Amino acid sequence: MGIVSRGFRGRGRGDDSGRLPPGQYLTDDFPVLSAGPTPHAPLDRWTFTIEGGTEPVRWTWDEFRALPSETVTKDIHCVTKWSKFDTDWEGVSVDTLLEHVDQDRAYAVAYSDGGYTTNLPVEDLTDGKAWVAFAYDGEPLDPEHGGPARLLVPHLYFWKSAKWVRGLRLVDEDEPGFWETNGYHNYGDPWREQRYWGD
Amino acid sequence: MTETPSVRTLVLNIPDWPGHRAGQHVDVRLTAEDGYQAERSYSIGSAPGMPLALTVELLKDGEVSPYLVEEVVPGDRFELRGPIGGYFVWDADGSDEPIFLVAGGSGVVPLMSMLRHRRAVGSNVPAKLLYSSRTLADVIYRTELDEIGAEVIQTLTREQPPGWKGYGRRVDAEMLGEVQFPPEQNPRVFVCGPTRFVEAVADALVGLGHRPGRIRTERFGGA
Repeated sequence: MGIVSRGFRGRGRGDDSGRLPPGQYLTDDFPVLSAGPTPHAPLDRWTFTIEGGTEPVRWTWDEFRALPSETVTKDIHCVTKWSKFDTDWEGVSVDTLLEHVDQDRAYAVAYSDGGYTTNLPVEDLTDGKAWVAFAYDGEPLDPEHGGPARLLVPHLYFWKSAKWVRGLRLVDEDEPGFWETNGYHNYGDPWREQRYWGD
Repeated sequence: MTETPSVRTLVLNIPDWPGHRAGQHVDVRLTAEDGYQAERSYSIGSAPGMPLALTVELLKDGEVSPYLVEEVVPGDRFELRGPIGGYFVWDADGSDEPIFLVAGGSGVVPLMSMLRHRRAVGSNVPAKLLYSSRTLADVIYRTELDEIGAEVIQTLTREQPPGWKGYGRRVDAEMLGEVQFPPEQNPRVFVCGPTRFVEAVADALVGLGHRPGRIRTERFGGA
C-alpha cells in the first residue's frame, strides 16, 4: 500500500468481479488513444500481408473477408487506465491467417497505416489469443477505433491491438515498436501492470 | 492556484524529480485509508527545469480530479510516477521549424509547457497557439497567454463577451487555414484536447496538406 492521501475515499470499489487489473478503472465509454491523425484507407486498396514466411502472403479486402471469422466477447484494458468489459468483436483469428504461412519465427511486428508499429511474441498471437477485427458491436469498425481492421490482442494493454493494421512482419529478433520505443513497456501485461519501461 | 472555476494548478515539491520534457505527463496514484487506490494521468504544464506543475480539470463524474481540484491542500501527499511519454514532446533543440499548437479546453496544458519552455530558453522558433474554450471564464492561463511571446489566437465556442476580437465558433478547416503556418513551411503540429476535437482538427489539417507524420496528437477521453 502506498502513501495514504488524506481525505481521499474513492468511489470505484464497485468491481469485485476480479476482472479489473491493478490500477485500472471501469468505463462504459470507448475512449480513443492514438498519436496522430486517423488514416482513412479505401477498401479497394486495402491489403493485409504477412511477411517472414517462405514467401509473403497477401489478402485483398474481399479475400480477407472471405476467410472464416469469429465473434468474440472480451474485456479490454488501455494503458491510460480505462478498462471496458464484454466488448463484442468480429474478426479473423490470427491462427486462421497463419495457416496460410509457412513460418517458424518467434516475434511479430504489426504495422499500420500511418506508420504505427507494435511488437509481440508470436505465441501471444496464436492459440485463440488474437484476431484481425473488422467489426465492433455488430457494426463495421469506425476509423477512429482502427477501422477498417485492427489487431485485437485483449490479454495485453490495448496499444498492442494496433489500429489500422495492414500486416504482420515475422522476425527472429524482437523489435520494439512505436510506443515501446517511446517509454512504454515492451510486453504490456495488464495483470502485472507492465505500463512503462522499468515495470 | 485556481485557473478557472473548474481548473486548478498544483505545484508539487518532489524530491529527486529527474526533470521532464515539454509535453510529457505523469500518473497520479491516490490511496484511501482502506488501501483502495485510483490512478489517472495528468499533463505537466510547467516548463522543463521549473517546479513541477500539474493543471487539472474537474470532471463531474471523475474520481481523482475532484480530489485534486477540490480537496487537496498544501502539505498533502500523494504518489506520482513519471515523467511519461516520448512522442508528444517538443524540445528547444536548435531546429528552426515553426510549431503550430492547437488546443481544445484543458488540452492547452502540455502545449503551455512547450510555450513556457520556448520562452524560458529564448527560442526564436516561430510559434502559434490556436486555443478553443467554451467561454472567456473557461480560458486557462488567461493572463499569462498575453505575455507568452507567441501568437495566441483564441476562439470561444459558446459565448463571446462584448467586443470579443477572436473567433466565435468551433475550430474548423477555414479557421485552421487562416491561422496555420502553411505546410510549405513544414511546421511541427501538436493537437491536444477531447477526442472529438482532436479527430476533427487532425482530419482538417491533413486536408489542408499537412503530412500526417508532422501532426502529433494527444486525446483526452473517458472519465
